[in-house]
Amino acid sequence: MSKENIQKIIDEINIERKEEWRADLRRSMKAKARGEIDRVHMIEREPDVRNKIFEEVNLGYTEEMAILEAKRCLDCPSPTCVMGCPVAVKIPSFIKLVEEGKFLDAAKKIKETNSLPAVCGRVCPQEEQCEGNCIYIKMGKPPIAIGHLERFVADYERKMNAAEIVKPKEKKGKKVAIIGSGPAGLAAAGDLAKMGYDVTIFEALHEPGGVLIYGIPEFRLPKEIVRHEIENLKKMGVEIITDFVVGRTATIDELREEGYEAFFIGAGAGLPWMLNIPGENLNGVYSANEYLTRVNLMKAYKFPEYETPIARGKRVAVIGAGNTAMDAVRTSKRLGAEHSMILYRRTRKEMPARIEEIKHAEEEGIEFIYLTQPIEFVGDENGWLKGIKCIKMELGEPDDSGRRRPIPIEGTEHIIEADVAIVALGTKPNPLIPDTTEGLKIKRRGEIEVDDSLQTSIPGVFAGGDVMRGGATVILAMGDGRDAAIAIDKYLSEKK
Amino acid sequence: MYKIIEKNTIAENEYSMKVIAPRIAKKRRAGQFIILIPSQGDERIPLTIVDSSPDEGWIEIIFQVIGATTFKLSLKNVGDEIYSLVGPLGRPTHIENWGTVVSVGGGVGIAPLLPITAAMKKAGNRIITILGARTKELLILEDRMAKYSDRVIIMTDDGSYGEKGLVTDAIKKLINEGEKLDMVLAVGPAIMMKFVSLLTKEYNIPTLVSLNTIMVDGTGMCGSCRVTVGKETKFVCVDGPEFDGHLVDWDNMLKRQTVYREQEKIAYEKVLSQYGKKN
Repeated sequence: MSKENIQKIIDEINIERKEEWRADLRRSMKAKARGEIDRVHMIEREPDVRNKIFEEVNLGYTEEMAILEAKRCLDCPSPTCVMGCPVAVKIPSFIKLVEEGKFLDAAKKIKETNSLPAVCGRVCPQEEQCEGNCIYIKMGKPPIAIGHLERFVADYERKMNAAEIVKPKEKKGKKVAIIGSGPAGLAAAGDLAKMGYDVTIFEALHEPGGVLIYGIPEFRLPKEIVRHEIENLKKMGVEIITDFVVGRTATIDELREEGYEAFFIGAGAGLPWMLNIPGENLNGVYSANEYLTRVNLMKAYKFPEYETPIARGKRVAVIGAGNTAMDAVRTSKRLGAEHSMILYRRTRKEMPARIEEIKHAEEEGIEFIYLTQPIEFVGDENGWLKGIKCIKMELGEPDDSGRRRPIPIEGTEHIIEADVAIVALGTKPNPLIPDTTEGLKIKRRGEIEVDDSLQTSIPGVFAGGDVMRGGATVILAMGDGRDAAIAIDKYLSEKK
Repeated sequence: MYKIIEKNTIAENEYSMKVIAPRIAKKRRAGQFIILIPSQGDERIPLTIVDSSPDEGWIEIIFQVIGATTFKLSLKNVGDEIYSLVGPLGRPTHIENWGTVVSVGGGVGIAPLLPITAAMKKAGNRIITILGARTKELLILEDRMAKYSDRVIIMTDDGSYGEKGLVTDAIKKLINEGEKLDMVLAVGPAIMMKFVSLLTKEYNIPTLVSLNTIMVDGTGMCGSCRVTVGKETKFVCVDGPEFDGHLVDWDNMLKRQTVYREQEKIAYEKVLSQYGKKN
C-alpha cells in the first residue's frame, strides 16, 4: 500500500495502544519475562507422512499455544512490524487481543486492513516483512510468529463460522468491474463492496481465486479456505462471473458501454517464462503453471477419479528456486517421484523462496543441486525427455538484483537424468488486455504502466498486482487492490 | 451454465450441438474456439466454434467421441447444461481475397474448416473444397461446405464415396490440371496437415493450418499447447490456432499429441465402465 495510506493506519494503531486495557495488559507481565518465552512452533505433519499426501503440512496452533506466543509480543510503542506489512495489518493490536483470548475480536482487527488473513498467514514471506522487522531480531531472538498467529485467528473465526459480513451503509449506485479474481482483485472487490459500489469480478477460469486456486498447492493452502473467503465476498454482494476472458468475451470498452464506470485490472502475470533452450517442447517438459494448474485446479493428483492427466515422472527436475519451484518440486514428490530435484544456478543463500518452503522441501527429501544451469533438454526417440544437459556455474560480482551473478564454468557440461522437467522461472503479464484495449500503455516486459494512484494511461482504469508488477507476491497484490479501491472511490466521487 | 438447445448425430460417434452462449455468439469470428467442461470436475477441452447466431444467442460445436471427456459431452441432451464454456479464444483467421483458395478438410477437422471457408467465400475468394474421410459414413458437413464452395472434391480412403485416395492426391491433381492455387487452408488430423504442407511447400502455395493441440486454460497461461513454428515456441491458444503450415515442426507436434496417450486410454475405459459400455 502507499505510504500515505499506511500512515493513516499507523495513526489508528497508536490510538488503540493507549486504550486502558492495553496498558494494563502490558503491565501484567514484565518485558523481560515475555522475552524469555521461546517462540512457539507450529505443529507439522511428519515429513515422511506428508510427502505422500496432499493434506496441509502445517496443522496450526492450539488456543494455548497462540496465547503463549502472543505473550511474547512487547506491544512496542512504534511497531516496526506494521511498517513491514504491505497492507499494514494492525499487528500489535490483534496480537494483544489474542493474549486476552479474544480471538474473534482479533480476527476483526486484522480484517480492518486485510480481507484474506487465512491466506496471508500461510503464504506471506513473513521473514522479509512483518517478522523481518520485529524488534526481537535486533535483540538476537526469533521474531514473534506473526504469520502463525494471523493464521490461527483466521482459522478460529472460520471454524466458528463467525465472520462478520460487512454491508455498506448506503449503496453508491455505481458499477465497478474487477478483472481477475486473484488476490489483487479479491482485495479490491472487498473494499469497494464495503464502500457501497456494485462490484462485478470477471474471471477467465471456471473457478474464482486466481493463483490461490490454480497455483498454490493444497498442502500449503487448502482450497476450502479460498472458497470460504470467496463465499464471504459473495455474501457482501460481490458478483463473480466465471468463464469470462476480458479482451475476448468482451473488451473493457464494451464493458464501459454496459455501464461499468471504473475498472481494476488484476489479471495477474499469466505467461510463463521459458528457458528458450533446445528440446524445451519435448514431452515431459512443463511450465510450472501447467504442472500446478493440472494438479491444483484440475485435480490431476486424483487421476483417474478426475480425468485430467499429468506425467508422473520417476526423476523430476524443477528449474528455479522461488516459491513456485518449491510448490512444483514438492508436488512431484507427492505424485510419487523417486527423485525430486531443484536445479538452481546460484546457491541456497540466494534462493528467493520463503524460508519455510525451503525447510519443508529439504525435510521432505527434495534434492537441491546448486550452481547448475540447464543448457539443453535431451529426448529419446519417442520425443520424451530423458535428461537435462547442464553446465556448472560459479558466482561472480553482484548484478542489478544485488545477488552474485552466476557465470558458467567451461568444460563442465554434464547430463542429469530426468523424465519430467518443470520450468519455474517466473511469469510475465498476459498481453491480451493491452492488445485489446486501445490506449493502455505497457512497459518493456509487458507490465501495465500506472501512476502513483495505480491509474493506468486510461482514466478510470486502474491496475495492480502481477499484471503491473510482473511477478510478485500475494500480499503485494492485495496491497495494490486496496490502494486501487481507495483511488477508484476518489475517482468516482470526483467524476461528474 | 450453458444450455444445449439442439443436438444432432452427424456421423457415427460425431455430434453437433447448439449451446446458448450469447456473448460468444456475438463476439466470435471465424477461426476462434471455445474451451468447455461438460460437468463439474471434468477435463477442459477446446472445440472450434462452427457457427453462431448473434440474434438467437447460440453457438454451434461439433465433436467426435475420442475419449472420456467427449464421451461425457455426448451423453448430454437437449435441455441439459454444460458446466463451463469460455471464449471466443484464439486469434480470428486473417481473411482476405487471395483469389482461388483450396479448403482441405479431413475427418472432424472439417468442422473448424467450415467457418473459415465461409468467411473466405464472403471475402470474394473462389473456393475449391477437398474433403477427406476414411469411409463414406464418416464424411461430415458435405452439404454445408458445398454452400460456400465453387467446386467440391471428395476423397475417401476406401473409395466408398468420391474418389479413392488422400486429400494430397486431389491437390496434386488440381495442380496438374493447371489450376492456379493462391492459397491452401488445411484442417484435419496433424498427419494430414503435415503432408498437405509438405506438398504445397514444393509449389510455394501459402498454406494456413489450424492446430488442435492439448490445452488447459486456453489463455496463454500454461503452455500445454506449445508448438515449434519456424524454430520459435508458440502457444496455439493465444498465438494461433492458425499458423503457416510450412513453418510448423510437424514431427514435434505429432509427438506432443501422444503425451497422455496411456492416461487417456485409462480415463476413457474408466468412464465407459461407469456407464456399462465397452470401447
